[in-house]
Amino acid sequence: MTAGTCSASPATNGFPDIDMVWTLVLRGLVVGVLAGLLAGAFAFVIGEPLVQDAIDIEEAGSAHASLQFVPAHISEWAVGRDEQRGGLFLATGLYGLAIGGVFGAIFATLLGRGRERSPYQLATRLAGALFLAIVLVPFLKYPANPPAVGNPDTIGDRTVYYVVLLVGSALAMLAAARVAWSVPEDAVPWKRPLLAGGTFVLLAGLLFVALPGVSEIPGDFPAQLIWEFRLSSLGTQAVLWAALGIGYGIASYRAAMPSAAAQRA
Amino acid sequence: MDPISTQQPIPVRDLLPALLLMTFLLLAVYLVQFDNGAISQSGSFLHELMHDGRHLLGVPCH
Repeated sequence: MTAGTCSASPATNGFPDIDMVWTLVLRGLVVGVLAGLLAGAFAFVIGEPLVQDAIDIEEAGSAHASLQFVPAHISEWAVGRDEQRGGLFLATGLYGLAIGGVFGAIFATLLGRGRERSPYQLATRLAGALFLAIVLVPFLKYPANPPAVGNPDTIGDRTVYYVVLLVGSALAMLAAARVAWSVPEDAVPWKRPLLAGGTFVLLAGLLFVALPGVSEIPGDFPAQLIWEFRLSSLGTQAVLWAALGIGYGIASYRAAMPSAAAQRA
Repeated sequence: MDPISTQQPIPVRDLLPALLLMTFLLLAVYLVQFDNGAISQSGSFLHELMHDGRHLLGVPCH
């Protein structure tokens, strides 16, 4: 079986279905790394100067209301700032790899089960839905913060809240997708988006309200810097997910077409 | 363009290995990269190396 050619037709010649799954996952891993590196480039250009500004403030200690939190920070670390700037690409590349692999596996699962008209549409819609569920919703409740913001003593709790919201929001999106797929094809055009959107907003909204808030920004930390850093962080994720959705849609286009195997046979 | 609805779904038994493996990959990357000691209590080199990425990807940090 040629890599890149797959069909979910009955398994008469070996294991075409499982070959197809690994083909789709492999493409997710590759596109994910590339999307991660692209997001890393965005973060390096747009976000890094803001990270450095925040570290400068932290090291100076002037803008931190509670200096007892600081000593465990950057200047005492073994890894220097230059390495951390380079490590940014390692971080976004690894993140992209993992997200891309999971994306490919979910794509393979949804293929033929949803209502999409083409593999490209499935890829871009899936990326959009996942960005909304696991990036935007957690970001709105627990937005990214630059260095020098955040109490190290509460990092355990904050990580748990963040992960609970992320997982819960992903489950809310799954529930919304199931509602969407249950609406018949011949329903009025607004029925599906309203029911599915309402399901997501209701479930994610409940989580949003139920989880505790976090308010740890020192009073004298520059608001402008926080705002710009948060925008750059959201932009980094947006670049990654847009590149993943579009890139995966292109990379999987032939592999995921029902007629691909038939055309090559 | 062929509508995707002509695509037969891939059976779940063929999907499971990939879904499980990718979930483990995601967890492994999370532990190496993002955990601030809440779960892994891990060493610091990789953690410090990916400090900026953690902030800019929006994960809670110190």
